[in-house]
Amino acid sequence: MRQVAGIGGLGDTNKGASPNPLSPADGQTPSAGIGGLRETRRGASPNPLIPAKRLLIYGLLGAVAVIFLLPLFWMLSSSLKPEWQVLANPPVWLPNPPRWANYREALTYLPFGRYAVNTLIISLGAIVGHLLSCTIVAYGFARLRAPGKGFFFALLISTLMLPYPVTMVPLFVLFNRLGWIDTFLPLIVPAFFGNAFYIFLLRQFFLTLPPDLEDAARIDGANTLQVLRHVILPISTPALATVVIFTFQASWNDFLQPLIFLQDQSNYTLTLGLNFFRGSFQVNWAYLMAASLVVVLPVVIVFFLAQRLFIQGIAMTGIKG
Amino acid sequence: MSSRRREAITFYLTISPWLIGFLAFTLVPMAISLYLSFTRWDLFGAPQWIGLENYARMASDPLFAQALKVTTIYTLVYVPMELVGGLSLALLVNQKVRGVGVFRTIFYLPSVLAGVAYVVLWMWIFNPQGGLLNTLLGAIGIQGPRWLIDPRWALPSLLLMTFWGWGRAMVLYLAGLQGVPPELYEAAEIDGAGTTAKFWHITLPMITPTILFALILSIIGTFQTFTSAFVATNGGPLDATLFYVLYIYRQAFQFFRMGYASALAWVLFVIILVLTLVLFRSGQFWVYYEGKRE
Repeated sequence: MRQVAGIGGLGDTNKGASPNPLSPADGQTPSAGIGGLRETRRGASPNPLIPAKRLLIYGLLGAVAVIFLLPLFWMLSSSLKPEWQVLANPPVWLPNPPRWANYREALTYLPFGRYAVNTLIISLGAIVGHLLSCTIVAYGFARLRAPGKGFFFALLISTLMLPYPVTMVPLFVLFNRLGWIDTFLPLIVPAFFGNAFYIFLLRQFFLTLPPDLEDAARIDGANTLQVLRHVILPISTPALATVVIFTFQASWNDFLQPLIFLQDQSNYTLTLGLNFFRGSFQVNWAYLMAASLVVVLPVVIVFFLAQRLFIQGIAMTGIKG
Repeated sequence: MSSRRREAITFYLTISPWLIGFLAFTLVPMAISLYLSFTRWDLFGAPQWIGLENYARMASDPLFAQALKVTTIYTLVYVPMELVGGLSLALLVNQKVRGVGVFRTIFYLPSVLAGVAYVVLWMWIFNPQGGLLNTLLGAIGIQGPRWLIDPRWALPSLLLMTFWGWGRAMVLYLAGLQGVPPELYEAAEIDGAGTTAKFWHITLPMITPTILFALILSIIGTFQTFTSAFVATNGGPLDATLFYVLYIYRQAFQFFRMGYASALAWVLFVIILVLTLVLFRSGQFWVYYEGKRE
């Protein structure tokens, strides 16, 4: 499934949350694996930071943090303002009392509950699809030897460069012929056929696992699927979790694909609903901010629960090799 | 059957889901798209073969030129900006100070909000009346522009709001920075190298592979910018933010010119392919691969 999310240059119609593994090096050697980023550089430097420098670092960190947090604070603050305070000058930073009714009114203006259920169905479908397909394919690429493997791996990686618009029109035609337009199928079914980025990510992880365990299982007569299920997958939870959260985030934030494949309002996802809400309710920013916050909340919660996996997953593809 | 043969068969069985998906959702659609690019077709009836007409038409299509111009300017500004911004953030959060992990989280957090909500929030920040940006500018005595509504400021506004997503590049560069062997710094310190010298002569050369990787990612992504243009400005005002993919989307799904849209998509594909290859090839002049020393 091709993930569409992001904004601006952030891989817009491309792979969504996840960066491509177009590694500048050969892309064959296992990268650092899901080892994680260290708090400090390996081997502490012999000379500790002098206080003035430390102060400067904290000053810079703090200033940037304020800039990065301000939009979020503004979003939250705006969402709790009564209408007359939204455009007030000078601005009201802390609405007092906060108007929680904005949330109820914004979320019932359009059937956001319905949109949330739709988005959840699509996200879960895509997660199941990726878990089933990508693990098997990645295992083949990581462990099995066959003529032509190098070619197919290169092919897999090269698909990451393909802009979505090239296949967008024919896919629309295809799904239209199949009668899938205005159903969730175009957003779920392709996930069951793998995703180049997640296949690459899992392959990199499988390469870091010692082959001894598998050899033992094979001597006991286990076949490939059994080895994968009983030996590999139980020790691959961090990598699998990374696939789950990336898929979740990409599906949840996806915009272009739902825009093309879904038509009836009752089938809208949250992003389509939010965009529709923006178009029909341009004036009341408090409502828009309340709805936006609710839409991003699940992703933010998942991010905080699985922060390390997010960061490690991105990092592991970036490390050369 | 030999065990090697059996292993090869198992390999092809394991990759078959992807292989089938590649054929069904990538290769065949690409072939169809190429064919459609030589036709005129509105989704109804049969496509009508018109040879190179779609491609010839681009030469005299002012909106095609505009879309290409907007996207190119955006890419030319965005890519270096993200390189410098992401790398600066990475250098900052790579410092050995207590609690730096909290700052990494804060800087990365907006990156997970990508999508419509991110854009809607920034539309509100850019709002000329009551928006955060002009309020802050007003506080220091500057009369802010009308941002997204002003044809001259709309594209710079879309560029400006992308800084909030630098966290993703930061994480990539941070991984690169942490891959630099500390021995190199220790050796340089013994030789009396200062912070600046260490950055230019050790850090930067050592992370060039990461930079190349991030640049390629960045270019592939920016050429496909869609959501921000569709949601925030819908290509306007006066086509000032008519991004290339937005133009393809309009041709395909608003005007139902499937042939022309396919031709436009192929031109985009070739542009991305050429840029990626050029960048990749240029790597041999400036990317340092440690493993290639022998």
